[in-house]
Amino acid sequence: MIDALNRALRKVPTWPLYLAALLPPAWYFYAAVTGRLGIDPVKAMEHKIGLLGLQILIASLCVTPLRKYLGLNLLKFRRALGLIAFFYIALHLLVWIVLDVQIPSQIIADIYKRPYITIGMAGFALMIPLAATSYNAAIRKLGKNWRRLHKLVYPAVLLGGVHFVMLRKGWQIEPLAYLLIAVLVLLVRFPRKVPQKRFRMS
Amino acid sequence: MTTRHSLPHSQITPERSYLNRRSLMAGMAGAGLMAASGARAQQMPQFDIKGFDTTEEPNSFEEISGYNNFYEFGTGKDDPARYASALTTDPWAVEIDGLVERPGSYGLGDILAKMDIDERVYRFRCVEAWSMVIPWNGFELRQLLELAGVQPSAKYVRFETLFRPEEMRGQRSPILDWPYVEGLRLDEAMHPLTFMATGLYGKELPNQNGAPLRLVVPWKYGFKSIKSVVKITLQEKQPVNTWKATNHREYGFYSNVNPEVSHPRWSQASERRIGAGVFASRIATVKFNGYEEQVGDLYRGMDLSKNY
Repeated sequence: MIDALNRALRKVPTWPLYLAALLPPAWYFYAAVTGRLGIDPVKAMEHKIGLLGLQILIASLCVTPLRKYLGLNLLKFRRALGLIAFFYIALHLLVWIVLDVQIPSQIIADIYKRPYITIGMAGFALMIPLAATSYNAAIRKLGKNWRRLHKLVYPAVLLGGVHFVMLRKGWQIEPLAYLLIAVLVLLVRFPRKVPQKRFRMS
Repeated sequence: MTTRHSLPHSQITPERSYLNRRSLMAGMAGAGLMAASGARAQQMPQFDIKGFDTTEEPNSFEEISGYNNFYEFGTGKDDPARYASALTTDPWAVEIDGLVERPGSYGLGDILAKMDIDERVYRFRCVEAWSMVIPWNGFELRQLLELAGVQPSAKYVRFETLFRPEEMRGQRSPILDWPYVEGLRLDEAMHPLTFMATGLYGKELPNQNGAPLRLVVPWKYGFKSIKSVVKITLQEKQPVNTWKATNHREYGFYSNVNPEVSHPRWSQASERRIGAGVFASRIATVKFNGYEEQVGDLYRGMDLSKNY
């Protein structure tokens, strides 16, 4: 059944993903301006787009485990997922700068002085070289180094999860759940040596 | 009791062209150009405190009752509006004990019959750097304290919120150490600005705003204004308030609104006024939330960066 699914997926183009990705932020923006996004539309937009970025980033990191453990091949969608996550996180940052904090000196002070913002910014900064080297020519040119470079997504997703946990007052379940999922999708990539050993022993 | 908060530039720029300038900038923000052009400056809030009331336009009933921090009903801003209807507020009594002449359980009806009910349009500044203007109904806390009779040895007032997890779903998880506790120094508690609210816009106080009886201390961050109060204790020692106990680096006992003392995770220099719209400029936060003339003397000689 997985094979059939993989075969079917091979025929699905990736470009509709990019188009569909424009819809949520466009809707949020329209809803915010027309008073449909609650009583504090700026925060609502900022948080919804940021969370969407974290969710898509985690989704992009599920591609490898899904292939390894279920044989489901979503590799062709991974670049789109990564770029969409980057797009959402950049928009999240833009809303924060332009509509929320607004004042340049305060923006700079926040990035330097507020650990949760420093951490969020660091996560975003790690994603810039990844987005910048996501086209085919860059992949060819960088060769082996491309794979090495793109491991930066691991610390990036962890920083994103920590940023979410820290910005809430007290220890809250929702952001902790995201951080836990981020840790899990990273951990499932590494234990391959354990089953191999077990095979050798038996 | 009148304070003037105005910036020279607002006197130079006529209001109409000032507004035009803002809408022009808002348009730019919409196009995302602000990031490149370097963002806006904060606005100074324009208001007088006339008697007890600010001259600013109050927020709508929907805004005030739809955007709340009341963790007893959940941590989301809309959780209290969604879940607070489960709370039974009648019957209600307030236990007043400690260093008072007449300790005991005071029924809410009996209290209200003896109080002078007033309306106060207060500025409200949350520690999270948003603000509102709220028309409360209620009475001065000192009237209630006088009803119980404060003993001369009392120095502080400790307040406690109802603990009833069957009705307050947030209390079923250990987000805070329930019940919620707040405190004031006795002179703060006796100040005429310190108010016990029982209503909003002349209507009954919505449950999500702390019905049937909540404290309002307009020159302090919102979390000091404890909701759904069931216990008031007069004591000699400074009470330990819930947020200070949770994180003493971030939340202190005094928690006076102060643009010069940052919260460790964000600046307190400015605030966003709820209801001002997506493109509204931040407004400057004013020391003691604009009530410095009224309450500044309470803190004469104190280091406010240490006593945050």
